[in-house]
Formats: sequence, structure tokens, C-alpha cells
Amino acid sequence: MIDYLIRRILVMILTLLVVSALVFIVIQLPEGDYLTSYIAELESQGEAADPQKIVYLQKEFNLDQPIWKQYLLWIGGILQGDFGRSIEYDLPVIDVIGEVFVFAIILNASVIAFIYIVAFPIGVYSATHQYSWGDHGLTFVGFIGLATPNFLLALILMFLAKKYLGISMGGLMDSNFENQPWTLDKVISVLEHLIVPVIVIGTSGTAGMIRRLRANLLDELHKQYVTTARAKGLSNVKLLVKYPLRMALNPFIADIGNLLPQVVSGSVIVAVILDLPTTGPVLLDALRSQDTYLAGSFLLFISLLTVFGMFLSDLLLAVLDPRIRLTGGIAK
Amino acid sequence: MTDKLAHFVSQAPFNPMKVDELTPEQEKFYMASQWKMMWWRLRKHRLAVWSGAILLVLYASILVSECLAPYGLHTRNANFIFAPPQEVQLFHEGEFIGPFVYSLDYKLNMEILRREYTDNKNVVQPLRFFCRGDGYEFWSLFETDFHLICAAKGGTFFFLGTDRLGRDILSRIIYGTRISLTVGLVGIILSFILGISIGGAAGYFGGWVDNLAQRAIEILRSIPELPLWMGLSAALPVNWSPIAVFFGLTLILGLVDWPGLARAVRSKLLALREEDYCTAAVLMGARPRRIIYRHLLPNFMSHLIASATLSIPSMILAETALSFLGLGLRPPITSWGVLLVEAQNMEAVELYPWLLLPAIPVIITVLAFNFFGDGLRDAADPYK
Repeated sequence: MIDYLIRRILVMILTLLVVSALVFIVIQLPEGDYLTSYIAELESQGEAADPQKIVYLQKEFNLDQPIWKQYLLWIGGILQGDFGRSIEYDLPVIDVIGEVFVFAIILNASVIAFIYIVAFPIGVYSATHQYSWGDHGLTFVGFIGLATPNFLLALILMFLAKKYLGISMGGLMDSNFENQPWTLDKVISVLEHLIVPVIVIGTSGTAGMIRRLRANLLDELHKQYVTTARAKGLSNVKLLVKYPLRMALNPFIADIGNLLPQVVSGSVIVAVILDLPTTGPVLLDALRSQDTYLAGSFLLFISLLTVFGMFLSDLLLAVLDPRIRLTGGIAK
Repeated sequence: MTDKLAHFVSQAPFNPMKVDELTPEQEKFYMASQWKMMWWRLRKHRLAVWSGAILLVLYASILVSECLAPYGLHTRNANFIFAPPQEVQLFHEGEFIGPFVYSLDYKLNMEILRREYTDNKNVVQPLRFFCRGDGYEFWSLFETDFHLICAAKGGTFFFLGTDRLGRDILSRIIYGTRISLTVGLVGIILSFILGISIGGAAGYFGGWVDNLAQRAIEILRSIPELPLWMGLSAALPVNWSPIAVFFGLTLILGLVDWPGLARAVRSKLLALREEDYCTAAVLMGARPRRIIYRHLLPNFMSHLIASATLSIPSMILAETALSFLGLGLRPPITSWGVLLVEAQNMEAVELYPWLLLPAIPVIITVLAFNFFGDGLRDAADPYK
């Protein structure tokens, strides 16, 4: 187990290193850098850029160095816990990302929790009542949920809320709580504002999860041991919970690996539309203005979240299912 | 010999193999090719057939978008900015006169500073069919101005309203179909080629090739798709022509999408390459390329096509999302996502809800692709 853990963590670190290089290249792909667009912007406003400041900025952010050197400086800094400075905000990246990232983790964790809490009972119901009206209805709703793009759902919900309820759903909290110290009211306001994004981001994941749980449970329910148990007079609930459900849960956990990137992706775009101060809007801005270190660290953090989530799900799976041998590589 | 035989023997010809023979229906069934059986299976899946039909109609429409759209893509009606959808009527004052719309009366309300449109019930504008309207170049072959449907002469026909420049939204949606639907197709072809080649090589050769491909897949999968797409499309140069941006975008979609397919191909090939017929092919001197494409791939081609069908909608959605965020296609190229950019401003949407309408074809297409792909996947294994 220890062996496996160490190997897994090493692979994770290696993956993240490659991801960081990839991400850095992708961000550097556009022509020019932050400074050229900065100068262009100043010029379009009819102002001339102060050459001294340009030179200073160039030095400060190593923009005069070749790309590979910039990358090495950046990754070297990260290994020492320094993520570089955001050029646009003129703050250390960690300060810009910090709070935003905490919100992002809260949001994504709530979405995952939502998916599990909703998908579990519905999936079990659908499987145990196969081809009933309830099952058909839920399947249909699930398909719609699976197919409706979450950012369109967000748009439509926002429109409906504004039109018929007269409230604006955007933002993470009521505007009067912004820049206020944390109080109970503020927490409640944040929670209220979390409901819609969680539902919007979680819909397609929930629908997919229901389909999978239903299919898995159905496979199990048709096996002979279930018939045997039923013939022996086991009560329905006990029969269900004792074996088939436990078997059907396996993919449920292994699925975090698929679910997590999907949820993170979804939260990025939904956050842009609902104007949540999480990863989405900041990342979009950083990408647009070529704020290399900010965007790079962001993408890296998002990947870290994903990779770590997959790692956790593999571990959880190994703990829950003794049949999975760690040495042979798991979840393959 | 007057005695007949002690027992009766029929003189009719008798075929001892009769039991093994097949009835014509059975023969049809057993001799049918796999594709034919897939079609039979698919036909039973009602929803999938209907979805397929819808997709067929949508794809056929992109061939003749110009004729179907009542207006041109960039036709501006300066007098009808943010005009609401006009309802098609059949009866005027209890009298049947065929499909028509009432003319729109326009008034600028200076108090709330809004344009107000009302139906003028006195002016009937019958729609014209197979008519002459805005000119266009058909398939860049010849100039024409033929339309399936147009407004009355001097009248208007905004079935889904107009946008902030007075452009007809229905026409723009019809033109947008062309881009939105092809983005997915071109992207999936690319991802298909990449997935089969890389997954095929990994599964067939194993060893370090497999290891390399596996790691690449893992790394690509650990970056969430949308942020990766965002980063890549932000990298498309601003000074590229719209067509170049279009192909750049499909390239990006394909480049990010292939790992899923590659995985499927790899795991199948790993199992299949141990089969006897594969060994036979190797012994007869076939090259790996031929074995993979000729002997192994056809085994699960139908599965691959089905799963490819299921990933087209995610590409269409990705294009819509990216364009919506301003990172994807830009005008003058018009896709559904580009049209939805107008709906970004909630205040505008509240006043002019028809700006949200381009979302509907997106949802219909994605649903249709999902149902169709689902049916296809079930049908892909007709021997079950």
C-alpha cells in the first residue's frame, strides 16, 4: 500500500509538471505578451507608454527572457511556493487566486455533494422500479438534463428569475454584504446564492450518474444470487442493501475521475454567466490579457484539483473494494 | 404379388436435410450483413429514428440556407430594431386569406426610452412563397434572389424578431446552423483519425508506444476540457481571417477530444490482437497497418461510430460556449454561439427575450444527437 501510494504521488507530480509546461506553452502561444497589448491599449487611448516603466515591467516579469527560461523561472518559483506576480492586478498570484480558489473549491465540492445526494436515491428508485411510470419520467427528465448545456440553463434560469421573480441571481452574495466582515447573515446569503449555480452545474452530472447507477444496479439485480436471496425470503430492503447496492456503488466512486473535470469545466463557464467570483471570470480575463503567471497558475490549480480528486477516488475504491489489487494498477 | 407393402411409404421426394434448412425469412436474417442488421435494430428504436430524421433535415438545410432564410445574413432593417416576433395569422376579421402578418407600427416612447411595436390590424401583409428577396450568391456559383418564403412587398416578416441592428433572427439562426453543425463534424473527423491512429498503435504494439500514449492520454484528461479549450482558442491570432479561425477552432476541438476514442480503440485492440486470425494475418506477412485497419478495426467500427456520434454534441456545445465567451468564432462568421453573445446582457434579454431563441436549436440538436447516438450504440451490437 505504501509503495503504491508513493508511486502514485510521484506519477501525480510528474503529470502536473508536464501539465504546467503544456499550460505555459498554450498561454504563450498568442503573439506578443501582456506588455504589447498593454502598450497597444495605452496608444489607442492616445497616451504614450512610459519607456522606463516598460523596461521596468519587462525586467520585473522576466518578459525579456526566452520562453523556456521564463518557464523555468516560473516553475522554480512554484516549487518554492512562489507563484509569481499577476501583471494585471500587480499582486502576488497567490493573493489573487487565494480567496477565489477557496470559493471555487466550496462550489465544486457542493456540486459533487449535490450530484451524489440527488443521484443516489433516484438511481436506486429507477432501477428497482424499472419500466414503471416513475422510471420513464425520471429517465426522460434525466435525458433533458444531460442534453441541456449548463450555460444555457444558467442563462434561461437567470432570465426567468429576473422576469418573474424580479430578483437578479448573479453574484455570490447580496451586494450589501460585499467587503463586510463575515457574519451569519453573510454566510446565509452566500449559501442562498450557491443554490442556483450548484443546480445548474450539477444537472448534467446528476443525470449521467443516475443513468450509470441504474444500469449497474439493474445488472446486479438480474444475477442469480439475488434470486436465491429472494427465494430464501429476504426482505426487499435488506436484499437490496446487503449486496447488489454495494456492488453497484463501485463505479459510482470510480466515476469521480470523470465527474470532476466535467464539474470544474461547467463551473468555469457558469461562473462567467452568473458572475460568481470563482475561477471562471478571473481565468477568462487572465487569458484575454495574457497575464501569463495568473492564467498559468490558475490552470495548474484546476488540474491539481482534478488529479487529486482522481487520486482520492482511486484510494477510496481500493479501501471499499478489497477485490481491487493495488499492485496490478487499479481502475483500469 | 397382390400384397402391398406392409407399411406406407410416401413417394413424394424427401429431403433429409430439411430440418436444417432455413425459411426465406430466416435466411434473410442470417445472411444479412452487419450494417443491415444494425439498421433493423435501429429502426425499432423510434426516438432514435426520429432524431436521425431531424438531424438529416438540419444537415440538408445547410445546403440551401440562403433559400430557406427569408432575409440575408447581414440585411439590416434600420426601422425595425429589436422588433418582436411577428405572429403568422390565417384569418383576418373572420375571413380566410392564407398565411399573413399584420404590419408593425413603431413608436419611440420617450418616457421610458424604449421602442414600442404594435400590430397594425388594418394592414394585412400576406407572405409570399417561392419569391424574390435579398440577393445572394448560391454556392458561389451564380447570383440569385430566390427564397422559399419572403415578406409582402414593402412589408416585414420577422418570425423570431430582430436584434439590435434590425437583423432578422430567424434568418440568422438558419445561417448559423451551417457553422454550428459543421464545427462538430469536422472536429469529430479529426478526433476520429487521431484516436484511431494513436489508440491503434498503442493497443497493437504495446510496450513503450502504449506507455507513451497512455501517459499522454492521462495528462490530457487531467486538464479539464473547457479551460483547456479556452486557453487554446485564446491563442488563435486575432488577425486571422474568420475562415482560418473556424478551422483553428475545429482543430482545437479535435485535438482535445481524441483521448476518449483512443482509449476505447486501445482496449479493444489489446484483446483482439491475440485472436487467431490476427496471428494468421501476421504469418501471411501482413503489415501492422493492414492488420489494424483491415482485420481489427472493422470488428468494432460500429461501436466507434456510435461513440463518435455521442461526442459530436459536446463539440457543438463547446463551440457555442467558446463563441459565447468571445473566445471562439467572431462575426461575420455566424454560429448559434455568436448569436447568443447578444443574450449576454441580462437587461437586454429582459426587454427583448427573443434574443434567447438561438438557444433552442442548440438544445434540439444536442438532444437529437444524444438520442440518435444512444440508439446507434444499442444497434451497434445486433447479435445481442
